[in-house]
Amino acid sequence: MGPKAPAAFDEMQKTANKVRAPYQTYSKWLKKMPEDLLSRRHAQADMLFRRIGITFAVYGEASGGERLIPFDVIPRIISRDEWKMLSRGVCQRIDALNRFIHDVYHDQEILRAGKVPTDLVLANDLFREEMKGFTPPGGVYVHIGGIDVVRTGENAFHVLEDNLRTPSGVSYMLEDREIMMRLFPDLFDTYPIAPVNHYPQELLRNLRYVAPAGRDEEPTVVLLTPGQFNSAYFEHAFLADEMGVELVQGQDLFVEDDAVYMRTIEGPRRVDVIYRRIDDDFLDPKAFRPDSALGVPGLFEAYRKGRVTLANAIGTGIADDKAIYHHVPDMIRFYLGEEPILANVETWFLKREDHRTYVLEHLAELVVKEVHGSGGYGMLVGPKSTTQEISAYRERILADPGNFIAQPTLALSTCPTFVDQGIAPRHVDLRPFVLTGEKTTVVPGGLTRVALREGSLVVNSSQGGGTKDTWVLER
Amino acid sequence: MLSRTAENLYWMARLVERSENMARILDVSHRMSQLPGGEDASREWLPALVISGQHEDYERKYAGINAGHVIAYMALDPDNPSSIHSIVRAARENARAERNVLPNEVFESINTTWLEMQDIQYSRLVEWGYREFFDWVKLRSQVFSGVVGGTMLTTDAYYFTKLGMMIERADNTARLLDVKYHVLVPDEDKADEAVDYYQWGALLRALSAFKAYRMIYRDSIKPRQVVDLLVLRREFPRALHACYAQMVPILETLRAEAECTRMAGQMYARLRYDRPQDVTRRGLHRFLTDFVTRNGQISNEIARAFLFVPAD
Repeated sequence: MGPKAPAAFDEMQKTANKVRAPYQTYSKWLKKMPEDLLSRRHAQADMLFRRIGITFAVYGEASGGERLIPFDVIPRIISRDEWKMLSRGVCQRIDALNRFIHDVYHDQEILRAGKVPTDLVLANDLFREEMKGFTPPGGVYVHIGGIDVVRTGENAFHVLEDNLRTPSGVSYMLEDREIMMRLFPDLFDTYPIAPVNHYPQELLRNLRYVAPAGRDEEPTVVLLTPGQFNSAYFEHAFLADEMGVELVQGQDLFVEDDAVYMRTIEGPRRVDVIYRRIDDDFLDPKAFRPDSALGVPGLFEAYRKGRVTLANAIGTGIADDKAIYHHVPDMIRFYLGEEPILANVETWFLKREDHRTYVLEHLAELVVKEVHGSGGYGMLVGPKSTTQEISAYRERILADPGNFIAQPTLALSTCPTFVDQGIAPRHVDLRPFVLTGEKTTVVPGGLTRVALREGSLVVNSSQGGGTKDTWVLER
Repeated sequence: MLSRTAENLYWMARLVERSENMARILDVSHRMSQLPGGEDASREWLPALVISGQHEDYERKYAGINAGHVIAYMALDPDNPSSIHSIVRAARENARAERNVLPNEVFESINTTWLEMQDIQYSRLVEWGYREFFDWVKLRSQVFSGVVGGTMLTTDAYYFTKLGMMIERADNTARLLDVKYHVLVPDEDKADEAVDYYQWGALLRALSAFKAYRMIYRDSIKPRQVVDLLVLRREFPRALHACYAQMVPILETLRAEAECTRMAGQMYARLRYDRPQDVTRRGLHRFLTDFVTRNGQISNEIARAFLFVPAD
């Protein structure tokens, strides 16, 4: 084993006897709570989730493989001031990223100014030539963005990742709150907790705002899902329901004279805005992958002609690539003339010789990831790996250095969590959901993911992660 | 409502209804095989394969016909797309896709059937007794239709569910009634009256129609009256007439001017005003074959009218 990771910041306990301000009331309440009652509430929550059917499908399991994401009954609490800073930080980031995407598909000023390496953008697989010169309504590309934030200290927040394609998880934010209000109504009487349940309405308002101009009727919005076998299908159905829009699949839509229609029992009905939860590649077999059975032939042409709006826009992947991530602080300075409110995590690129030399010498302390990887797969967590694992990974790096980046192993903050052994600290992260329409906003809260295994830093649900309700205090 | 949603609900209901009727078909054969003279397995079990359209595929898998093989194939074989097992699975997939428009109880009733179905092996079925299994399948379908009637809003989703249920039931009653054609010795004069009586009795029992027959006719079992009951009687819920009496007003509500509505109305008029002798004039088998074909055409027209099939 390598060197030990530094001690983690505990969000509730400042010291063994001292509780941090946002948790004071809660901590007293928790102390008075008999453990068997908490355990009962925990079981009750599990049953509620099962009954409502909040499950996610797991790839590779036999048909009907549906699982619950574990839910923790202890909330994660964020103070008003912390949230003020966080929310400004994530909105600032999304604003800059929207400007960046528009720029790279138009004048490419940031490339000409030398702030972002040209080949990183233009030679990138995620750069969509088809989007050059096209501006979606309102100039909005990222209508829904999920920014993954981790905490390492009292005032230390870092952005770990920007999710700008089809970020998921917001249904857990909403359902976790719903369940908490049912289980612990008394807490909601005493705590000034900012509500989150207006998210679907905000989203719908934004989607209507970006509808193509020149249609008399109220715009028709639909949510496009790959179908019930997709791992996030529950969320798709949930959001469609909450917004009161149709949940459609590719086969429900067709394009005629560059307009998009859905098949209804009353006949074809025109569609104006598609909140799509399908990747770019699968959207239109005529424009992208011809083998896609999920998409709608002719959709891209209708989109380019401005007859239908897609949310998110096509080609946003260029801005959430792990190599581009490094340049987001510079984008904020370049487009907004502001200093970044939230810091990036220091990143080394193994393509660069000086970085590579450093990283290869310090593999036992660092986290190394593939540039296009996701879901916590294919990465090396130095301090948690054996010498053999490290040397095997070194071989992989040397074979194709440009495919890897490295970051320090962060001591993610912990929150008290109800586990088999009782209440114990577990590592958490946070994904707030940022919405852009007429302006950029974020509902107070987000999805807190918690690594339920002791000492684990991996919060992904596919690897034993759970969720918590996230409370933002209003005073 | 999305056409796909309507289509999924329509098929959800058709498939649940079909699982019930598949159990009824097996039940008829089972009952007939227990009658005096029922030593020839193929005579009782072949019709089950023929009227459910599974004979050819069965022969590809098994050399001869015996009760065990036919039941294993038609009830439990996951590789047979028409087995009760496969039908329940497909019904559940259709329901799952439309969970958000269905009352929880409706999805749960189908889901429970599927969960329990997965645990049923042939050995368990033998231990249980075939009859117990058939009753279980029928009961699960009845629970479904009870919950549909008791919890669904009577709007589009309900209409398409009901349409699927009725068109499938009409198809199945017609096929079941035709079973006699396949079992009976064609030469009516030589027919053993006692065997005939028991066979009609078995058919009525399998269709839950035995008591109904007694109550309406107060008479011994006569073929003409059996046909009257299962084809023309509106009071009996599995009669063709009763199915169309439910379908037509729904189609009139959904789309009065559609071809499917006209065709269903035309069929309804016949079932409403025909007499038993009109039905059997050119032979019962011919009537039933024509009916099944026509019923299928109406289903295709429903698919066309409500855009189930992508228009090219």
